Amino acid sequence: MMNDPDIVIVGGGNAALCAAITAAETGARVLILEAAPKDYRGGNSRHTRNFRCMHDGPLSVLTGSYDEEEYFNDLLLVTKGKTDEHLARIAIRGSQDSQPWMEAHGIRFQPSLSGTLSLSRTNAFFLGGGKALVNAYYRTAEALGVEVLYDAHVDHLELNGDEITRVDYSYQGQNHSLSPKGVVVASGGFQGNIEWLTRAWGPAAANFLIRGTPYNRGAVLKDLLDQGVQSVGDPTQCHAVAIDGRAPKFDGGIVTRLDCVPFSVVVNKHAKRFYNEGEDVWPKRYAIWGRLVAAQDDQVAFSIIDSKSKDLFMPSVFPPVTADSIAELAEKLGLDPDTLTATVDEFNASCRDGEFKPTELDNLATEGLEPSKTNWARPIVDPPFLGYSLRPGVTFTYLGFKVDETAQVQGPNGAVKNLWAAGETMAGSILGQGYLAGFGMTIGTVFGRIAGKEAAEYVN
Amino acid sequence: MSTESTTALADGLTPTEEARRQIEICNACRYCEGYCAVFPAITKQKAFADGDITQLANLCHNCRGCYYACQYTEPHEFALNLPKVLAEVRQESWQDHAWPQGVARAFHRSGVAIAAFVILGFALMFAAARWLGSSGGEGFYAVLSHNMMVAIFLPAFVLPLLSITISMRKFWHHIGGKPIGVRASLAALKDAARMKNLSGGHGEGCNFEDEDHFTQLRRVGHQLTMWGFLLCFAATSSGTVMHYLFDMPAPYTFFSLPKLLGVSGGIMLALGTAKLAWLKPKGNKNLGDTRVWGGEMAFVLLLFVVAVTGLALYWAGGTGLMPSLLALHLGAVLAFFLLMPFSKMVHGFYRLASLVRDAQQKEG
Repeated sequence: MMNDPDIVIVGGGNAALCAAITAAETGARVLILEAAPKDYRGGNSRHTRNFRCMHDGPLSVLTGSYDEEEYFNDLLLVTKGKTDEHLARIAIRGSQDSQPWMEAHGIRFQPSLSGTLSLSRTNAFFLGGGKALVNAYYRTAEALGVEVLYDAHVDHLELNGDEITRVDYSYQGQNHSLSPKGVVVASGGFQGNIEWLTRAWGPAAANFLIRGTPYNRGAVLKDLLDQGVQSVGDPTQCHAVAIDGRAPKFDGGIVTRLDCVPFSVVVNKHAKRFYNEGEDVWPKRYAIWGRLVAAQDDQVAFSIIDSKSKDLFMPSVFPPVTADSIAELAEKLGLDPDTLTATVDEFNASCRDGEFKPTELDNLATEGLEPSKTNWARPIVDPPFLGYSLRPGVTFTYLGFKVDETAQVQGPNGAVKNLWAAGETMAGSILGQGYLAGFGMTIGTVFGRIAGKEAAEYVN
Repeated sequence: MSTESTTALADGLTPTEEARRQIEICNACRYCEGYCAVFPAITKQKAFADGDITQLANLCHNCRGCYYACQYTEPHEFALNLPKVLAEVRQESWQDHAWPQGVARAFHRSGVAIAAFVILGFALMFAAARWLGSSGGEGFYAVLSHNMMVAIFLPAFVLPLLSITISMRKFWHHIGGKPIGVRASLAALKDAARMKNLSGGHGEGCNFEDEDHFTQLRRVGHQLTMWGFLLCFAATSSGTVMHYLFDMPAPYTFFSLPKLLGVSGGIMLALGTAKLAWLKPKGNKNLGDTRVWGGEMAFVLLLFVVAVTGLALYWAGGTGLMPSLLALHLGAVLAFFLLMPFSKMVHGFYRLASLVRDAQQKEG
C-alpha cells in the first residue's frame, strides 16, 4: 500500500476520478480513499447518464451548437439567479474541451436515449450510463498508478493554520493517518445521512427516499465546516423530486422516476388534491413535486390515471395498483373510498371538451375547480384505474465548500493552500437552487480536472 | 440436472418470469441502449409475452456490457443479471424447440455425454474401416470406400438438418415471425457476418475475460471459428460438387478448391476454437447459464478436434497414420453432425432467426 502519497483524494466518483487522473498524469503519486465498497463505488456518478456540454458546432454525439450564453441562460432559469456567475462560466466553458478529454480517458458516448430526444443537442450521453463511466475512469486511473482503497472512511482532515497537515481514516477496522502534500475533497453532499437531513429539513425528512448512494454522509463536509472552513449553499435544502413511493430507501436511481403526474390527479393521504398537476410540461415541473409531496402529511401522495393515459409515459419499474372502480382503487391504496370518489367526481365534472395533446401544453383546463388543472385535464372514467404512490426522492444537498476559480477551498482566514474541492461538495455555489440536467457531471468533470491540476502543480 | 442453483430458480420464478422482471427494470432505465440490439428492441414494448422474452434472449450475444454497466446488479436489491437470465431462457428455448425432445437436454448440459458420443463415433469409424473396409479405392477411399462414407454421412447430415428445420418452424412461430423477406435477411446476415452485437456499440469489442475491460478477443475467437467452419463446410461442398458434377473424385492436389478452402478453414477453426476454449474459464461463469457450461466447453473442444484431425490428415495423408487419423476425423465429424440439433451449434440457427425477426421489427 502507498504509505506516502503526494495527493490524497477523498471520494471515488466522477470528480474524484477526474482529479486523480489529471494529477497522476503529471507523475504525482495519488491515493483515492473511497467510502463505498467496490460494488458501489462512484457515488452518485454511478446513477448519472449524461454530461451537459457547450459546443460551437456538432461535437461527437451532440447535434447543432450550444453556446455559452444559451447555456448560462438555461442555468439562470433553473437557479432563478442563485449562481456564482464566474464559477458557472468556468464550468460551462470548460465543458467543451472536457468532452474530448473524457473520450481520451476511456469514456464512450452514445446518441441521446429513446425518450430523451429533447436533450440531443445539449447533453452527451454516456454509453452504458454513469457506472460504465466510473468503470472506465477507474481503469484509466489504475493504469496511471493511482491506488484505490475501498471501504475507506475519512473522518478527519487536520486543518492547521492555512494547511491540511493530516488525513485520518479507517480502513479494514483500523485507524490510519497520512500526511500527504495535497488533498482533494470530492465526496459529495450529506443526503445519505438521514439524521443530518432531519436536523436540517425537519422531522419529515425521515420519510424521504434517497435516490442515490447511501455513502454520501457528509463526514468530511461536517469535519471541515466545524473547523471554520467557509461554506456555500443553503444548509437546510436538498434537491428532491417525486418518485415512486415503493422505491428502495437508497440507490433506486433512474428507474424509480414516475412521469405520469401531468396526466393524472394527485391526492394526498386524505384523498384531496393539493396542486395543479398540469402546470407545465413534466421536464419543467418534476423537480417541484418533491417539495410539494414533502409538504403533505406523512410525505406521501397518490397519482391516479385511467386506462386512456397508461401508455403516455415511460414505464415505471413498479407496476401500478389497478382496480375497476375508483372506490376499489382507494381501498387498495389505503385511501378513504368515499373521499377519493368525490375528489375524482368533482375533477371529472370540471373537465371540458377540447383537443388533448400529450406532448405540448394543450390548455385543456378544468373549470371552477380549486386548485385547477390547467393542461391535460381529461375525465378519469375509463377502467381499469391505475394508481401510483409518490414520495420525495432526494438527489443531492446544496451545502458545500466555498472555492475559488482554482477549486481551492476557502478556510477561516482565506485559501487553504493544499486543499481543493470538486463535484457535488462544492456545486452549491454554482447550483444554488433547482437543477439543470447533466450539469452536475459538468461541474464534477471541469472542477475535478482543475483540482487535480492545481494539486499536482502544488506538490510537484 | 445440475445441482447449482440459479438466480431465477432461487426466487421460485422460471427463467422466463425472472427475465421478464429484469427486462421491465431495464425498460425503465435504458442506459444500455447503445451496446447491442436487445435494448432498442426492449424499448419498443411495455408488456412482454413469453415469445418476446425468447426473442430477446436469442438476440442477446452475451457480450456482458450491460452487466458491468448496470447500477442494479447484486448486492443491489433489484439483483439484475441480464446476461445470465437471458442465457438461461435462450438455452431453454433451444431445448424446448428441439426435435426429438428427449435427447436434447442431456447433450446440452453434459460435456461427459458429448465426449461419450464422440468416442462412440470414433469406435464406429474404426469398426467400419476394419470390417466393412474398402473395395479398393484411392487415398482415403482405400480405408473406407466412397459409397460407404456416403451411406454413413448422408443420413448423419440430412437427419440433423431435418430436426433443425422442424425446430426452426416451431421457434419462428413462437417469436411471432412473419414471412421472411430479402431485406430483413440481408440485414441479419450482415450483423452476423460482422458479429455486430459483440462490438460493444463502440466497436471495441465485448466484456469477458477481464471484467469491464472491452477487448476483441472473444469476437475474434468467434469469427475465426464461424468463418473457419464455413470454409470447411464449403470445402466439403465443393468436393461433393466436383465428385458428382465434374467426375473429379478425391484425392485433390493442394491447389484445388476443396484443399485450399479446407486447409485455410481448418487452420482458422483450430485457432478460433482454441482461443474460445482458452477464454471460457477466464470469464465469470455466473454471467452465463451455469447448467450448460460443461456442454458448451465440450462442444468447443469437439470442433477443435474436428479441425485438428482434419489438418493432421492433410499433413499425414501419405503416411501409415492415415487410416487411424481418418477414423478419428470421421468419428468426430459424425458426432458433430449428429449432435448439431442438441448442442451449442444450434445457437447459430436460432440467433440468425432472431436477427431476422429483429430486422423485421425494425422495419415495422
